[in-house]
Amino acid sequence: MTYFRKRIDMKIAICLRRVPDTTAKIVIGPSGVAIDEAGVKFVPNPYDEYALEAGLALVGAAGAGETVVVGFAGDSVQETLRTALAMGVDRAVHLQGTPTADGLANARVLADHLRDGGYDLILFGKLAVDDYGQQTGVMVAELLGLPCATAISSLSVDGGVATVTREVEGGVENATCALPAVLTCDKGLNTPRLPSLKGIMAAKKKPLDIVPVTVGESRVTVVSLAMPPERAAGRMLGEGAAAVPALITALTTEAKVL
Amino acid sequence: MAGGSAAYTGVDFYDMDSLLSEEERAVRDTVRSWVDDHLMPVIGDCYIEGRFPKELIPGMAELGLFGANLPEEYGCAGLNNVAYGLIMQELERGDSGIRSFASVQGALVMYPVYAFGSEEQKKYWLPKMAAGEEIGCFGLTEPDFGSNPGGLITTARETADGWVLNGTKMWITNGSQATVSIIWAKTGDIDDAKSIRGFIVPTNLPGFTAKDQKGKLSLRASDTSELHLQDVHVPKDAILPLSGGLKSPLMCLTQARYGIAWGGVGAAMACFDEARSYAANRIMFDKPIAATQIQQERLAEMLTEITKGQLLVLQLGRLKDKGTMTPSQVSLAKRNNINMACECAREARRLLGGNGILIEYHSMRHMANLESVYTYEGTHDMHSLILGQEITGIAAY
Repeated sequence: MTYFRKRIDMKIAICLRRVPDTTAKIVIGPSGVAIDEAGVKFVPNPYDEYALEAGLALVGAAGAGETVVVGFAGDSVQETLRTALAMGVDRAVHLQGTPTADGLANARVLADHLRDGGYDLILFGKLAVDDYGQQTGVMVAELLGLPCATAISSLSVDGGVATVTREVEGGVENATCALPAVLTCDKGLNTPRLPSLKGIMAAKKKPLDIVPVTVGESRVTVVSLAMPPERAAGRMLGEGAAAVPALITALTTEAKVL
Repeated sequence: MAGGSAAYTGVDFYDMDSLLSEEERAVRDTVRSWVDDHLMPVIGDCYIEGRFPKELIPGMAELGLFGANLPEEYGCAGLNNVAYGLIMQELERGDSGIRSFASVQGALVMYPVYAFGSEEQKKYWLPKMAAGEEIGCFGLTEPDFGSNPGGLITTARETADGWVLNGTKMWITNGSQATVSIIWAKTGDIDDAKSIRGFIVPTNLPGFTAKDQKGKLSLRASDTSELHLQDVHVPKDAILPLSGGLKSPLMCLTQARYGIAWGGVGAAMACFDEARSYAANRIMFDKPIAATQIQQERLAEMLTEITKGQLLVLQLGRLKDKGTMTPSQVSLAKRNNINMACECAREARRLLGGNGILIEYHSMRHMANLESVYTYEGTHDMHSLILGQEITGIAAY
């Protein structure tokens, strides 16, 4: 991906979520409405990593500007914020509070903080892989009255305009929007960098501001969580060409897909 | 059903993670991801072709893997020794040859420059070595002086404007691709081990030749070379001014062996992970082989020994960070953990049955590699004798 831009000193915010590692074994906690976090490794939301990389690459290519990572969560998010600092983000803001199941209530917290930040770009992942809400980015854009492009898979910035590509059903959509803007990032946008060892050491010295916030009433309540049913083991019908008739029969009469 | 079909998540039966700081875990995770993304896809081919993946050097340098426990003022990452050990663990989870490369560059080349070099030497060489622009090798071992390095016969004779070096070095990791070498030579009588000094010798000087040692059945993704120095002239400032006697190269080896003790844990974790995954998925007599007592016993033994090895190197690292670690403590860890890794690799390979001999799986590659690691940096037997001397006060070598 190539980034073109003429403006200097672009200021970019990246909003970051902390999610269970996608390889972690998930167990529902005793409350029945949350997972048991004991022994679960948490990582930055993978889609947010595309947003981080995009922000870092834009400022890196310009040689000037500032990247700020913002996380609204409990204290454990600070480790995730430091991962972003280790990747090269300049400073972090921890909006200290407890997000709700209501995307709009959470979006208001972020929007209130971002409103006066003077950001040219506010980047999100297109969704967080734990709850798949897919709401926060677009709601923040709406609350701030900014243009928004979702699930972008390419990005370039030239002057005050962002040009993006979105992969839509059966094709590609090219779009532009004037800055400031909110973008949510999809896989394919870039390859997120690893934090370097020097970056990890430098992260300890970078600012991480803690801002206590209060979240509004949640109009959504999680009633219960349940694990997906276990998939039944596959059935071997035979090997090689000899198995084909049995396979066709099974696909026709049992699976009814032929 | 390829080896390691699921993402590698390490082995942590005793919640070692809770004993690590956030930075230490972050370092470990970064190197683990790098190994997953860059080393694992190519290591099998490199091993078969007998090729060190030198295309990975810039990426390793960019992450800061070389001399990572040396100070930031010389372009290094300034990590503590536990974080440094975790780097070695994760690299050797990939391949002992790649860990060897990093060990040599950091502990055997950058460390002596740092410990015995002048400020000018440190400022000139260390940033270039950290950046991977200069690749080093360590010339101590000679054809007839392996376990007995004090007997080395390479000489350095002072001239009006510098030094002239003559001698042969053998089993030199990185030798043929190195741009610079640390050569240990005697400046005095050939039986005077106190006259051993270290020299920084660029490998492009007239009279310096390096030749790959062919026919290796182990560490195939690593260069191992023979160095010949015939009337190699170096300037006066090539000598490491603070080096003196056999103690200096042995101090370097203590640094490297420390990392190797961690590396053995990484290789063993890789083999255990592969064996566990294979046992769960390989169906024989209509059930996974994991359901058989004989494979469970193998896995139980591996997990036990890995866990002990993990706790051993972690405490060793804490002692090193406190500045109280002794060379014989390092001998114990190197001896135990590499022997442990050899056993794990062999048992994992056996658990994998016929598939275990294929390069598609990793255990046999580790098994073959570890035979070199067992033998280099102080053989297993030499470390037994070092411990024997520590215990009894009597040197038996």
